[in-house]
Amino acid sequence: MTEDVQVFVDAIALGSIYALMAVGIGLVFGVLRLVNFAYGQLIMAGAYALALTNDQPVLLSIALCFGVVLALSLAMEFAAFRPLRRASPTTMLVATFAISYLLQNIALVRFGAIGKIVVVIPKLSEPVTIGGVHIRWITIVTILVAIAVFAALTLLLTRTTIGLQMRAASIDSQTARLLGVRANAVITTAVLISGVIAAIVAVILPMAVPERLLVSPDYALRETIIVLVGVVVGGIDRLLTATLGGFTMGLAVGLLSGFLPSTGTWPFTSSVYLDGAVFMLVIIVLLLRPEGLFVRGRRAAVERV
Amino acid sequence: MLELSGLEVRYGTVPAVRGLDLSVGRGEIVGLIGPNGAGKSTTLHAIMGAVRPSAGDIRLSGSSIRGRPPEQVVRAGIALVPEGRRIFSELTVEENLRLGLSGRRSKVGAAEAVERVCELFPVVRESRRRQAGLLSGGQQQQLAIGRALVAEPDVLLLDEPSLGLAPTVVNAVFEALEAIRTRGVTILLVEQRAQRTVAVADRTYVISNGELRMTLGPEDAGDTSRMVEAYFGGS
Repeated sequence: MTEDVQVFVDAIALGSIYALMAVGIGLVFGVLRLVNFAYGQLIMAGAYALALTNDQPVLLSIALCFGVVLALSLAMEFAAFRPLRRASPTTMLVATFAISYLLQNIALVRFGAIGKIVVVIPKLSEPVTIGGVHIRWITIVTILVAIAVFAALTLLLTRTTIGLQMRAASIDSQTARLLGVRANAVITTAVLISGVIAAIVAVILPMAVPERLLVSPDYALRETIIVLVGVVVGGIDRLLTATLGGFTMGLAVGLLSGFLPSTGTWPFTSSVYLDGAVFMLVIIVLLLRPEGLFVRGRRAAVERV
Repeated sequence: MLELSGLEVRYGTVPAVRGLDLSVGRGEIVGLIGPNGAGKSTTLHAIMGAVRPSAGDIRLSGSSIRGRPPEQVVRAGIALVPEGRRIFSELTVEENLRLGLSGRRSKVGAAEAVERVCELFPVVRESRRRQAGLLSGGQQQQLAIGRALVAEPDVLLLDEPSLGLAPTVVNAVFEALEAIRTRGVTILLVEQRAQRTVAVADRTYVISNGELRMTLGPEDAGDTSRMVEAYFGGS
């Protein structure tokens, strides 16, 4: 029983991380109609920044992580997204594939294929016992941070002018521009917020997910793929549905890896068939609800993706 | 105030507007009519910078605005009420108005500008917190015009504001145009309702196939044969 609760809490934390990534990807998709496949490499760059400054004070290390991720986000916007503003969504998607592999290979050449340990705040990995259930501090922190980010983002989107302009641009960017909304300012803001979220994930992920303690060139790639699938499954057209999609994928991965039998010999270990089980669920959902799991009514999401 | 000279717009190799000359004087209401596909909306989009002209010039108060992006054209003093209203139906009426404020040249006086729009269209004030998509077609049109007016433009472009509206509502829209003019806003009106447009406008240009066919004055409003000739071409 207590083990079940532990698995469940861990799955919610994983869902929170995936939901954060989904928001980061969904924000940029909203204003640019661009699926950023290179989002994971922002997280990778942030994790390298942390790993290379393990011996520095933790706040400095985290500040460097944010600096690197934000600089890289802006570099992507100015060097790739902006010149491709009028390109087709397919062209932009392929461009982000190219960016993703470029960054992976730069990391490979510069840092090698062997992973580097990321140490952020070791204390957070210690467990706390609540009613007989052992939960690591980082699990609680992850969930709280995700809630705080979503609350802050909701305030930004609903209470500020730039937030209103971002919502308008994601509904109908041409009309927004005709009203005087500065497209580039809105897009740059979305890219920056998306970068801040990537940096937050870069700080949390190495502590929260044991397999992500080591940063290597393909760091966060698997997460990105699963989150992208989650975003589509949830409904990419709306930030909320995309976020719920990301959360659901994290929750599903967490629960399946916790509850599927993981002992025994190949192929009866969950690490072998976990992805297979997850994507089978995805196929079933897409067959039953191609417009998105959380989309009310039939919207045009299918055509857009 | 607003002058187009030799304006040409192409979609790929297809010409949509060919060598159009048109001028709108300060405080005037100028109509632009013609059959479907004549190039009316394209002309407005070219003025707004939403499509790029292949030749010709667009001048506002003497200085060229050709090639500027829409967000700069709005700040230069031209606002568009787009065809089909293009209201953000998921946002509230107030949020739609606030988006219109994005195009203001100065932040000073924004509250007064909203207040003046509310005086002109009381429904906007009454339904500020409602979702814009829940308004009737006529109310949405008033909101669309109000949203353009809060930017306090010198020139207001309207793209078929009466489209899809009930006759009584159409009357209200045309009456609103007169009221807007008295506030010192210059109007360029694209319409399908030729007779109404010719009657309300100081001057109405008839275009067809992207070319200027004739210019009509208010006195031609009752002259059906001239109107028919304008549309279908005569000798």
